[in-house]
Amino acid sequence: MRILSDVPVGDIVKVKSNDAKDSLKERLLALGLTNGADIEVLRKGPKNNLTVFRIRGAMIALRKEESKYIKIM
Amino acid sequence: MGLTVQSMKRNSMNDVRLIDNSDNKYVIALAGNPNTGKSTVFNYLTGLKQHTGNWPGKTVVNARGEFKHNNKDYIMVDLPGTYSLFTSSKDEEVARDFICYGKYDAVVVVADATCLERNLNLVFQISEISNNVILCINLIDEAKKKNIIIDKEGLESELGIPIVLTAARSGIGMQKLKNTIEQVSHNKKRYEPNIVKYNSNIEKNIETLKPFLEKLNISNTRWTALRLLDSEEDVVPDKQLHSLLNKANITVDKEVIREQISEENYNYANKLKQNYVSEDIKKINLDKKIDDIITSKIFGIPIMLSLLGLIFWITIQGANIPSQILSDILFGFQDKLTLLFKTLGVSDFLIGMLVDGLYRTLAWVVSVMLPPMAIFFPLFTLLEDLGYLPRVAFNLDHMFKKSCAHGKQSLTMCMGFGCNAAGVIGCRIIESPRERLIAILTNNFVPCNGRFPTIIAVSTAIFITSKISGGIISALSITIIVVIGILITLLVSYLLSKTLLKGIPSTFTLELPPYRAPQIGRIIYTSIIDRTIFVLSRAVLIAAPAGAITWILANINIGDFSILIHISNLLDPIARMIGLDGFILMAFIVGLPANEIVLPVLIMAYLSTGTLTDIGSSEYFRQILIDNGWTYLTALNVMLFSLLHWPCSTTLWTIKKETGSIKWTVVAFILPTAIAFIVCFLTTTIYRLIF
Repeated sequence: MRILSDVPVGDIVKVKSNDAKDSLKERLLALGLTNGADIEVLRKGPKNNLTVFRIRGAMIALRKEESKYIKIM
Repeated sequence: MGLTVQSMKRNSMNDVRLIDNSDNKYVIALAGNPNTGKSTVFNYLTGLKQHTGNWPGKTVVNARGEFKHNNKDYIMVDLPGTYSLFTSSKDEEVARDFICYGKYDAVVVVADATCLERNLNLVFQISEISNNVILCINLIDEAKKKNIIIDKEGLESELGIPIVLTAARSGIGMQKLKNTIEQVSHNKKRYEPNIVKYNSNIEKNIETLKPFLEKLNISNTRWTALRLLDSEEDVVPDKQLHSLLNKANITVDKEVIREQISEENYNYANKLKQNYVSEDIKKINLDKKIDDIITSKIFGIPIMLSLLGLIFWITIQGANIPSQILSDILFGFQDKLTLLFKTLGVSDFLIGMLVDGLYRTLAWVVSVMLPPMAIFFPLFTLLEDLGYLPRVAFNLDHMFKKSCAHGKQSLTMCMGFGCNAAGVIGCRIIESPRERLIAILTNNFVPCNGRFPTIIAVSTAIFITSKISGGIISALSITIIVVIGILITLLVSYLLSKTLLKGIPSTFTLELPPYRAPQIGRIIYTSIIDRTIFVLSRAVLIAAPAGAITWILANINIGDFSILIHISNLLDPIARMIGLDGFILMAFIVGLPANEIVLPVLIMAYLSTGTLTDIGSSEYFRQILIDNGWTYLTALNVMLFSLLHWPCSTTLWTIKKETGSIKWTVVAFILPTAIAFIVCFLTTTIYRLIF
């Protein structure tokens, strides 16, 4: 099972499931991290933790703590 | 940096739901994703100066304004940006409540033309609630630059709502927007939004619930049914509805339903984008290329510090001449004022109080404080408009994470540069109460606009020895002071997280908005006007009376000395321990209502004990300080103390209001004060050990 936080920079992946809970899940869904969404990994920040993704045409930075809940195909 | 005359008004925090349209005014709500230019649209329509900037979460309180169009009055409500009506941060809740339960005649959903897919999600959600929705696709000029072409007619017929393409910054499409607002809010033209149809299971459940809701006279049955199916009960305030799912024999997994609804909304948004928007990938990747440098692991932080230093350098160099001119004019006028009063036969005591006390402090605040502010803020706003602040948050995230603080604290910290009170209000973008408190308590550690000029004046006076390198040295010293402030912020956040406010960092999502070309002319104009009004009003309201009172204290004697000297003598032993003197500490105490007056009060206190000669030139200021025993240590400690000490009374009042707790307000006072004393005590001890 691959998770979003393990995807290397430059790859484009598809969301398989969003396993976050409660308000984080709401937030991620609101940003467009729904099943089947295409996500491009743009850049890793300091300490390789915060990562910039292109989600639905916007650049969104997520920490590993959040992106680990996104399973990808 | 949300400090404007507007945002400081106390009523800007009132509950917007209370707006009523009883006096025949049409209420128009302005909704949209964060960072789509809602505030710019708002400002254009209402003529107000709500703070604008290119970063998400800047509008945290509802602003309301009015405008007239074709002889009809409109009330406009600028809601905080929200990605969806279902999220749970405090500022988004305000927007949600207003859209769902407020009274309005039309909603304008402002969308970013360069990111339509994401923005459409909210449009669909609002279309489910109201028929009077207008889609304002803003930033169309930015879209043009990126070769993004939007088929407006196609999208309009697909969505079933009117669409206006605008570039609010330059006024493009705004007349059209006003006309559309008129049409929709007066119901001149009826629209029937094409709402998203969900999968058969959800639609079946909606149909099952509908008769129940109709029986209870619920107006918007489809929306209410959907929320009963996918939300926690508190989203629907009507308690009699909470048992409806049971009555209708429906068992659903709400979480799954919500997921499906989001997915289908976004799939539809994606389809619309494919069909009606054409993009140019090369242009879109330009932002990415810039970010590769700006937010790179190696260059990110050095670029940030250099930019900060550069801004200070420009501020210091640029402020010199206007400061000199202003002080020549204002202090030149002082003699004429004295002469005038003398010929009018006013008593010497009154002349002293009015001219030497009140007028001189006023002149000081204006000539010393105004020029740096009028230069620093346009520059800072420039970075803000470009979209640099979220990049700062990105670069600093790992440090804030390590301090167990919220990643967005770096944004509220940046707001503090303008005004700590505004920074404290800005902390509403942080959802978790624990982290919000940390951000509120530490906001004071970035110097606000009242303290910057103090720090700049002291550093230029003491550290400038040669004209050429002086600017660089003092810019450097201010940058170091700011870095110290940030380090203290991180340290205190960490300590608070381990003691009073235990916990782990909560979730964090940060949008990096596209870079936008700032409108340089507008920035310079509005920030200078805004600063000037702000500084002048503070000068009149606080500096002038404080000046008069200080003069009186300096000129009424008890025993052999003036009251001022008695107070100073009282404070002197403590002040000496932290490398200051009694007058300095007293000036900081007097400066509680406004940090701008610390230096003028100090100078007056110093001068009241010596002879008065021509004040105004920076040479003279330096001489006064040195005559009163200032060393490098004194200058350093004044800068540190100014950076770290208690927040001004406005900020404290705001903290009380935002936390609703006297206890935390007291902590917000004691914590920085203790830190200021400890740090200055340490520097003094070390300095004395060495020299």
